[in-house]
Amino acid sequence: MTLRRAVFITGIIVLSVWTLLPIYLIALGAVGGRTVVNSWPKPFLPPADLSFATMREFLDIAGVWTSALYSVEAAVLCMAFSILLGVPAGYALARFVFAGATAYRLVVLLTRAFPVAILALPLTVGFIRLGLYDTPLGVSLMHTALALPFAVLVSASLFQAIPKELEEAAWVFGCSPVRAFLRVALPLALPGIAATAIFAFVISWNEVFAASVLTVRHKTLTAYLLSVLSESPLHVQFAGGFVLIIPSVLFIFLVRKRLFSMWGIANR
Amino acid sequence: MNARVIPYLLIAPSLAFLAILFFVPLVQTIALAFQADGIWSTENFTRMTGDLNFTDAVVNTFELVIIVVPLQLLLALAMAMMLQHLRGGRDIVLWIWSIPLGISDLAAGLVWLAILTDKGYLNTILVRLGVLSGPQSWLSYETPATLLAAIVVAELWRATAIVLVIVVAGVQLIPKEYGEAADVFGATPWQRFTRVTLPLLKPSIQTALILRTVLALEMFAIVLSIGGRNFPVLVSEAFNWQYTQQNFGVAAAYAVIVMGVSLAATLIYLWALRTPAAQR
Amino acid sequence: MAAIIIDNVAKSFGSFVALERVDLHVADAEFVALLGPSGCGKTTLLRIIAGLETQSSGRVQIGGRDVSALAPRKRGLAMVFQNYAVFPHMTVRQNVGFGLRMAGAEPARIERQVARAAALLHIEPNLDRYPAQLSGGQRQRVAVARALAIEPSVLLMDEPLSNLDALLRLEMRAELKSVLREAGTTTIYVTHDQTEAMGLADRIAVLHAGRIQQIGPPTEVYALPATTFVGGFVGSPPMNFLTLPVTNRQVQLGALSLASPAGSTGRIVLGVRPEDLQPTAAAEGFPFVVRVAEPLGSHIMLTGESAGQRVRVIVPPEHPVRPGVTMHLRPRLDRVVWMDPASGAAVSRGEGRKLGTEAAGD
Repeated sequence: MTLRRAVFITGIIVLSVWTLLPIYLIALGAVGGRTVVNSWPKPFLPPADLSFATMREFLDIAGVWTSALYSVEAAVLCMAFSILLGVPAGYALARFVFAGATAYRLVVLLTRAFPVAILALPLTVGFIRLGLYDTPLGVSLMHTALALPFAVLVSASLFQAIPKELEEAAWVFGCSPVRAFLRVALPLALPGIAATAIFAFVISWNEVFAASVLTVRHKTLTAYLLSVLSESPLHVQFAGGFVLIIPSVLFIFLVRKRLFSMWGIANR
Repeated sequence: MNARVIPYLLIAPSLAFLAILFFVPLVQTIALAFQADGIWSTENFTRMTGDLNFTDAVVNTFELVIIVVPLQLLLALAMAMMLQHLRGGRDIVLWIWSIPLGISDLAAGLVWLAILTDKGYLNTILVRLGVLSGPQSWLSYETPATLLAAIVVAELWRATAIVLVIVVAGVQLIPKEYGEAADVFGATPWQRFTRVTLPLLKPSIQTALILRTVLALEMFAIVLSIGGRNFPVLVSEAFNWQYTQQNFGVAAAYAVIVMGVSLAATLIYLWALRTPAAQR
Repeated sequence: MAAIIIDNVAKSFGSFVALERVDLHVADAEFVALLGPSGCGKTTLLRIIAGLETQSSGRVQIGGRDVSALAPRKRGLAMVFQNYAVFPHMTVRQNVGFGLRMAGAEPARIERQVARAAALLHIEPNLDRYPAQLSGGQRQRVAVARALAIEPSVLLMDEPLSNLDALLRLEMRAELKSVLREAGTTTIYVTHDQTEAMGLADRIAVLHAGRIQQIGPPTEVYALPATTFVGGFVGSPPMNFLTLPVTNRQVQLGALSLASPAGSTGRIVLGVRPEDLQPTAAAEGFPFVVRVAEPLGSHIMLTGESAGQRVRVIVPPEHPVRPGVTMHLRPRLDRVVWMDPASGAAVSRGEGRKLGTEAAGD
């Protein structure tokens, strides 16, 4: 092995460890409990009396479970809305040539250039009037605005990658356009759409600002954690961070293969 | 049904949604910012600029953006090139390096808080190694430089993956023959990178920079968790004015500033990194 | 200008063997075509010569130098890629001058060489335009100009004409031939199109499943194929192969008795090209049942059966013919080849004297 190669491999290892170590450490903090968190110097290995007592204690805190459930609710709704609104639009962009297509694409792209979460500020007033304030539904609507451009653009390129001839063949053999879509295009695009849905879920699950602005008593997990940031003991915060991380990391693992094509596509 | 109507029907719901949840609030924000007690005025802006934290917030935000964005771009480019040269295990490394994609900025802040806090892991290592005699405070009000560095490192850790994924996707789109042609015609690896790969990556770099800059201007939870009230940024101030002080007007004023800078940055990137029509 | 020696080169990708011990000597200024179907290993071999792939074993020598371990940029080569690989972000001028710039040549020299190459390939008007503004054929010329501008000792071409439409391909072929002949560069040209190989090369190397089955001048590869594969791949329509029984060193084909090559027993394969079969009287040839007649303008191609096997024959356009009719054919005996039925390899070229219609033994 040449020196160049050794340096190269070292670099890769260092970067990988740098990525993974902090996660390990917060897991340690979450699981180790008050003792680990307040101990000094900090241990790098799990304590012999490894207990999930802290985790249980953390989960027992009234706020956490309920807020986690609100997060799930908002994320699922966001997922559903993004797909329901985004996939047809993506199909239109891919299959049809129509006046305004470029303009539409531009508009969708434009939303990326804006700090969308900030728009939660004026929405507060509107939401209060509509009764959407302080509800997971309201939060999910804001999150959908975040995830929708992504869903539209990715769906568009998914459908573009499916040759139109496949649907045309279905028409020739007796299918109506809707049936051809459902039986030919959709199944082929489904894996990509599923990945997009999962990504929308993660976006919603992780979002902090809008969730914090738009909720008071029915906070999502991120909003809850933010609100108790300065008051709660450190080990609770760590446990909270840990719970926040796990689902997202899991989901990213599920869609990892599609991730790069999706991001590359959505950002062209 | 008239076939020509179909595409418009398909995009209508999403368009309506964006109109309601994006454009309307956008206009509302501007309106809110420039109104006070129902009349047009710049009172909100005056109050904003007169506030104690305003200058700090502006300076901090710009410092963060100017440091973080270029660093992440360089790091992501280096990582992408390393991946190109990796043969076995490339998938695993790529997955490890993109794990932070799924991590919320709040969680990232908490993670690095654990490391950098007074009784945290960094101090543990430094004391064990004998570099320090006792725990050193990195995140306090008296150490603004290290506070900034801490936030930079945390954000670097979390969000480089975003740029990495865009760059990797862009690199994969470059047909490998271009690199091979460069090889055959005498380019050293560095020359190949600077003369062929980088120029062809321009669209991806443009996208990554736009996305990253806008997100950096929005930095919020990571700053709050690591720095608390010691490190005001534009968005955290907006949040405070809205939520704690219930002053929607000043909050909107902050929002307008963030939006304005984002727009300006986007336009600059679009112009500076454009691909001339002749080359498309 | 340099000779190339490929010495015992083999290449495997995991368990897949792409090249099985290939030996090839290319003389200085020679034009050799690597011809074969997809997956035969021709592109792999070219890329190994270029240094874009590393061989699993064996050596590559260029101009007497062992370049086996050298990076592509150190081998003194130029290459034209199938998809041209003309840099989209550089003008034509910058593209053509790329190799020279990388080598650190003086600006004056670069200008001269670029102008020369551009004139050779007739792309002077496009020098300051971008590839995106050019047609496929023009981009292809830029790729060739870029290769010629550095006056390489060896030129490698990977199916450069395959992405052009048929007419353009024909024109470019002729241009390429004259330009390369003038330059006198040693060239290795990969293609799956046998007419291209026939038209351009000094020698053709026919590859199949990772092995070179035959190397020789086009006329030799055409008339004296070394295997049934070569006979079937080179020439369109392909050579006919009839598997026939051998009795007493003779092969009976209709009314013809042909002497089979020495040492053949059991069965033998007779190879004859469609244009070497002539219509004749029943007593002078063998029966052929016409199934399909395709009038192709300059000739009619008939597909049918003889001795229970498929045979194709070419007749002049005015020849009266109908499907279902049985006609009689006779081969040009000096153009017949014999193959071993088991290995497909050519057996010594038999003379195939016609012994007349009398039963043998009289």
